[in-house]
Order: sequence, then C-alpha cells, then structure tokens
Amino acid sequence: MATDATGTGVTGTTRVKRGMADMLKGGVIMDVVNVEQAKIAEDAGAIAVMALERVPADIRAQGGVARMSDPDMIDEIIQAVSIPVMAKARIGHFVEAQVIQSLGVDYIDESEVLTPADYINHIDKWAFTVPFVCGATNLGEALRRINEGAAMIRSKGEAGTGDVSNATGHIRTIKGEIRRLSSMSKDELYVAAKELQAPYELVCEVAEKGALPVVLFTAGGIATPADAAMMMQLGADGVFVGSGIFKSGDPVKRANAIVQATLHFDNPDEIAKASRGLGEAMVGINVSDIPVPHRLAERGW
Amino acid sequence: MSPVIGVLAIQGDVREHARCLEQLDVDVRLVKTAEQLKGIAGLVIPGGESTTMSILAVKNHLFGPLRELRRQIPMYGSCAGLIMLSDSISDGRPDQETIGGLNITAKRNAFGRQVDSFEIDLHIPAIGEPDYHAVFIRAPLVEAASSEVEVLAAIPAGKSLTGTDQVVAVRQGNLMATSFHPEITSDLRIHKYFVDMVRSA
Repeated sequence: MATDATGTGVTGTTRVKRGMADMLKGGVIMDVVNVEQAKIAEDAGAIAVMALERVPADIRAQGGVARMSDPDMIDEIIQAVSIPVMAKARIGHFVEAQVIQSLGVDYIDESEVLTPADYINHIDKWAFTVPFVCGATNLGEALRRINEGAAMIRSKGEAGTGDVSNATGHIRTIKGEIRRLSSMSKDELYVAAKELQAPYELVCEVAEKGALPVVLFTAGGIATPADAAMMMQLGADGVFVGSGIFKSGDPVKRANAIVQATLHFDNPDEIAKASRGLGEAMVGINVSDIPVPHRLAERGW
Repeated sequence: MSPVIGVLAIQGDVREHARCLEQLDVDVRLVKTAEQLKGIAGLVIPGGESTTMSILAVKNHLFGPLRELRRQIPMYGSCAGLIMLSDSISDGRPDQETIGGLNITAKRNAFGRQVDSFEIDLHIPAIGEPDYHAVFIRAPLVEAASSEVEVLAAIPAGKSLTGTDQVVAVRQGNLMATSFHPEITSDLRIHKYFVDMVRSA
C-alpha cells in the first residue's frame, strides 16, 4: 500500500480496489487471446477484457501446465483497447502476480483455470496495489478469498465447457448462504463462521448487509445471451464469458448479443431479440462427463 | 411532491447513486431506455467505464434523447459521467460519442491505470466545511474549460502530481460533473448539492 508523505493521494486502498470492481457492475468481461479479439470485445461493449494465452476450452483440450500469459501479449492488448485489462495468475503464484502488476494491468484474476502453483496457500492479496478477483463455489470460499484481500469475487462455474449448470449452482449456493446468514440471530453466527471456515467479522458483516462486501460476478460455462441474463436475474453483478464467445460460430454477433442481454437482463423481449441469428454456439461438454479430477472448479481451498 | 431523479443504468455504480439519492427524499428511477427518460426532473450518469457506456448508449439509441434532455433538466455525471457530459475528450477512442453540454475537454484515465487510483481530501467551497474525502478510480481530469464553466474543486498544485492545479469538479448552468465518486462514500453533500439544483431548476 503506497502512501505519499507530501499529502498527495493514497493509492492501493481497499476502497479504490473494491470501488474499481463497482465500476464494472452490469458489464460483461470477455476472455481474449489477441489484439483482434480484444477489439471485437471492446466494440461489442465489453466492460473489460481478460488477456490470456489460451481460452479455458483450449486449456482443457490441450492439457499441460497453464501459466501466466506472455507479457508482450498483455502489453499489446493494453495498448490496443481503452477499457480495463485483466490478466490471470496461477493460484498461489505471487511472483506471477508481481509481474502482472508491474505491467500495469488493472485487475489480477487468481484463477483456477490455470494450473495451481500452491496447493495450500493462495496469494496474500493485501500485499499488492492492484486489485484481485478470485473464484468461489460457495460463501466460505468467497469469504476466505476476501480475507486474503480479494476485492471482487466471481462464482466459478466450470470453465471451458459451455455448460452453465455449475455457474447456476455456485451463484445459487452463495446467494442462498448469504440469505441464511441474514436470518440468523447474532449468537448463531459464531457457529456459522466455524462451519463456513471464514472469519467471524466477515460473517457478521455479510449477515448485517445481506450481501458480500465486494462485487459478485459469475463465470464458467456461460455461452448464450439467455445464460448471461439468467446469471443477472439470479443476482450476479455482471458476468465473465470465456470460451463462449470466441469458440462460437460468429464471435462478433455473439459478443454483442451477450452484452445486450446482460444490460436488458430483466426484459425477455430484448433477450429474445439478442438471441436471434447467432449461428453455432460453442460445442460444449457436459460437466458430468468430465472426470472429477479434471474439473477446474475443484481447485482452490 | 418529491421530484423523480433518474440514474442512467447502462452499467457502473448505479445502485450506489440510487442509494445516496434515496436518502435525500427524492424518487429514484433507473433508466435504460428512451421511454424511461420521460418525466424525470434530473439525471445522474454514474461512474463506470465511459467507453462501454458510450458504445451501449449508441446501440440502444439513447444519445438523441439524452442530448435533447440535457438542455431541459439538470444532469450530474461522476467519473465516466463527467466524460459523457464533456464536449470533447482527449485520449478516448476517436469514435467515442458523448452527450456533451459541459464546455470542457476531459482527459480519460488522466492519473494513470488502476494501480494509480487514489483517495484525497479536497476543499470544495460550494458544499462548505469540512474538506471532502474524494475517491478517484481510473479517473478523468478536466484538462481545459471555457470561461462559462465554474470550477467547483481542484487538487491544488502542492498536492497534485503534475505540480499544477488539477480541476476535478465543474458546473455549467444545469450540468455538473466530478472526476471522483461521491457515491461510494457516505458523505452526501455532493448529491445534496445536485438535488438542490434539481429542486430549484
């Protein structure tokens, strides 16, 4: 956290980190692997792009260790678009995060889509000026990440599948657990904190506000305008779309359509309009066909 | 009767602005379509991503009605909203459209990228004492302003990184804008200033 003794502004505060995510609300963040895709995303009205070397569907298909992207590629994308640029670091790989921060990226995703670098610890995100987003499948996991300094949470879903069922499950779980906390009496929150394996103070804060203290997006398997609108109706603040756009038949149309459906998520006429003439959706894999050890959402602890 | 104040709900921190306004005894309406603009007495354009907001306003045919409306009712823009109300932008996409009305040139991301976002106390005479705690996130700056534009706040030369005064809040007639985000703090004085503008319009 940088403080300037001359009385000029203070950078890297919790408020500017969480506030940055506030500015993304209602938006679509798109995975892109090159400048051309980044421009398509920006033109379609994406709120930010996630620069990465391979989209999750390819990571899944090709296998091997997935790591941070080439700094040259991240730089090119930063130069090419005026919207914020995010990049992924491996879970626990704090040096990849240091490198990404030094590139001037606006947000780091400590992501289960990459191969984890530490199977016990996540990155200490308080040590950085740049804000972090982390994945979660349930409230306890979300609160552990916030306790480590995450300024934004995305429910995980199952990336690279085009199967939205896990995304639905995770956002419903998180929202449901928040509602449950809100209905508890104060003395029950001690045990709730124990069960959630999360700090008591954060549990109390969520119970009182009826919401996470940070912005909550969804991710993982979103492939159609209706998928995106459903996530918004389930209470997401915005959506990440990975393979769903650039693995589809007509990425330009689909990118536009998913943005429109996210904006007008509560208006079925608009969602219908956005759903017309999009060509092939990404082929997709049913999550239930993926052996459990290969499911990305299981990564993170 | 309390006036209806709209919050442009394309994207960004719509909810936070709505929450601030609700505490000031006005009715709040979230606006996504031209139809929803009808009957409002004032409009807030929230913080968000100005590139995205502009692209989506084009796609949803909002610029025509918004430009007409800004001649009739007070509007207030924070951060991205300041860019939307500027007559010209430096450092934006060449095709970035705005509502305009404030005779200023706004510089996008004038302070740098997200790692350079900051908080600072500002003296703002129009809202009185004490100093106002302002939060800047990938914030724009008023690079140039014509003589009709009233400067409401500036980061003084001694505290700014450039060593010159940096203008961060302005008003011209019924339009006002700030580079910072009053909606994410609990100090309601900026919103109250705008609501007073709406009530006396």
